[in-house]
Amino acid sequence: MLKRYSIQLILVACGGLLTYVAYEELVSLYLLSVLMFMGVNVILSTSLNLVNGNMGEFSCGHAGFMCVGAYVSSVLGVWLFAKDKVFGPPVLPPELALYAFPLVILAGGVAAALAGLLVAIPSYKTRGDYLAIITIAANYIIISAIENLGVIGGSRGFMGMKSVISSMEDVAYLPWMPIWVFSFTIFCVWLIRRYVSSTFGKGVNAISQDEVAAEIMSVNTNKIKTITFMVSSGLAGIAGGLFAYILGYVNPGSFNILKSTEVLVMVYLGGMASLSGAVLSAIAFTILLELLRPLQIIKWVVIPLLLIIVMQFRPEGIMGSRELSDIFPWLKRFYRFK
Amino acid sequence: MENANSKSDLQPVLEIRNLTQQFGGLRAVSNFNVRLEPGGLIGLIGPNGAGKTTVFNLVSGFYQPTSGEILINGINTAGMKPHQVTGLGVARTFQNIRLWNDMSVLDNIRVAQHGKLQYGFFHAVARSGHYLARERQIEDDARELLEVFDLQDYAEEFPKNLPYGTQRKLEIARALSSKPQLLLLDEPAAGLNSADIHELIRLVRWIHSHFDVTIWMIEHHMDVMMELSSYIKVIDFGETIAEGTPAEVRNHPAVITAYLGDEKI
Repeated sequence: MLKRYSIQLILVACGGLLTYVAYEELVSLYLLSVLMFMGVNVILSTSLNLVNGNMGEFSCGHAGFMCVGAYVSSVLGVWLFAKDKVFGPPVLPPELALYAFPLVILAGGVAAALAGLLVAIPSYKTRGDYLAIITIAANYIIISAIENLGVIGGSRGFMGMKSVISSMEDVAYLPWMPIWVFSFTIFCVWLIRRYVSSTFGKGVNAISQDEVAAEIMSVNTNKIKTITFMVSSGLAGIAGGLFAYILGYVNPGSFNILKSTEVLVMVYLGGMASLSGAVLSAIAFTILLELLRPLQIIKWVVIPLLLIIVMQFRPEGIMGSRELSDIFPWLKRFYRFK
Repeated sequence: MENANSKSDLQPVLEIRNLTQQFGGLRAVSNFNVRLEPGGLIGLIGPNGAGKTTVFNLVSGFYQPTSGEILINGINTAGMKPHQVTGLGVARTFQNIRLWNDMSVLDNIRVAQHGKLQYGFFHAVARSGHYLARERQIEDDARELLEVFDLQDYAEEFPKNLPYGTQRKLEIARALSSKPQLLLLDEPAAGLNSADIHELIRLVRWIHSHFDVTIWMIEHHMDVMMELSSYIKVIDFGETIAEGTPAEVRNHPAVITAYLGDEKI
């Protein structure tokens, strides 16, 4: 019994500890924000891994979908629950933000999933390098569109999310952001795991290994591609929404191709098609970025160099396609990773 | 047996009428006709480049024919995607083995049942009762099939680690996991040694009697064809040049010419 639910218990304990620590302000705000960005990065790397690892496509426009989610949930939240100079007084009583916040984040995810069609539909006929170019184009289209939308600030960015959070805290004083980032991170990893471990989701791996065989062996490849791209970009949208609310400010420039590259680095560092690899590498990468912060701009020399080294000596990534339980078999007693 | 003239009450599993496939200036298949009745074991032979695999690719929906009709159990497959054609009860193997090499043997069999999962993304994510029941059924079916093919010991193995002959066998098992009525075997004996070929002949004969399936087979090894098929069609340059029982085909002058060249100089 205890063994069966051990992973759930551990997660609840972690969530509780995080809430307690944040509530009592036992750690600095800086450390807390690093922990939250860690969660966002876990969502980003696991969701990109779904496309680049499991489906074997090369998407390098992940930040574009993150951008859609960030803007939709920010604008929606501010329009509904905050006083803003563009949107005027809040449409709904700000107290409701407490309950509606997850829905606002999910709405960003849904919008990003729809934006994912921008890549999903071309993927019916295109693959490999050509699809990679389309994903870059999609990233640029999204950013340029938002830069030119003066109503929501254009390239100057958009803010006001902090007041949504503070109206949540007015109702019940709890560290809402850490709680929601933690919950959504668990939700995303859980969703991906259930998807890829079903026979339905294994069609994704079949497409990656031999698309022709997959189609002829009755896998509706176009449908699977659409679902996979939409799930992946939708989860990126959720990550974007959380990112926006953590910072309290978004601007299109922070979702450019460099951000997409950052996510790619996480995925390739962790290992393709390994969910636990993607989680671990996102955590490690976030810590590494913070440790290298004193190097300032040179950081961006060291990290790509690291990627070169990994690709040279372990081209399959740190974990390869293995899960944590393949490396430490005793973990299987507690949790089936596959 | 299935001469175009012979009248039969049985609905053919596959009927091809005047099938033509043009690739640019090349006519890969020209005016091809066939009628496969349930339970047959039919051969398709011809020299290299004769258009045999093209016929299979057309039947499995991989190409859309330039003209002509393909009917599977009486249903015209025009405009259908391959997975839809597979849903009508057609399965095939490939000349060069196309297994999913980084998925376990069991998963290869499971994923090949994708067309009849009867659940979608939301069921999978919610782990609904329906999903769990279907998954259990699919896994049971897969394990049973592996046992029938004596592959159960390899269930967790990756196909790429299996011997070549076993990979062939696995590919046939995978094709049968969708419970097809028509099985297309594209050169199943290619790359096998003579011991494996004997094994294959036994396997195909056993499949034909054990599963309720019509088999259409491309093969270069004439002994395999002579042993197994009751009727053979011979094509060359996309045209049917002969058809009949193995004995008839073997001595047919057009076949000898196609394979050995014209002896008159």
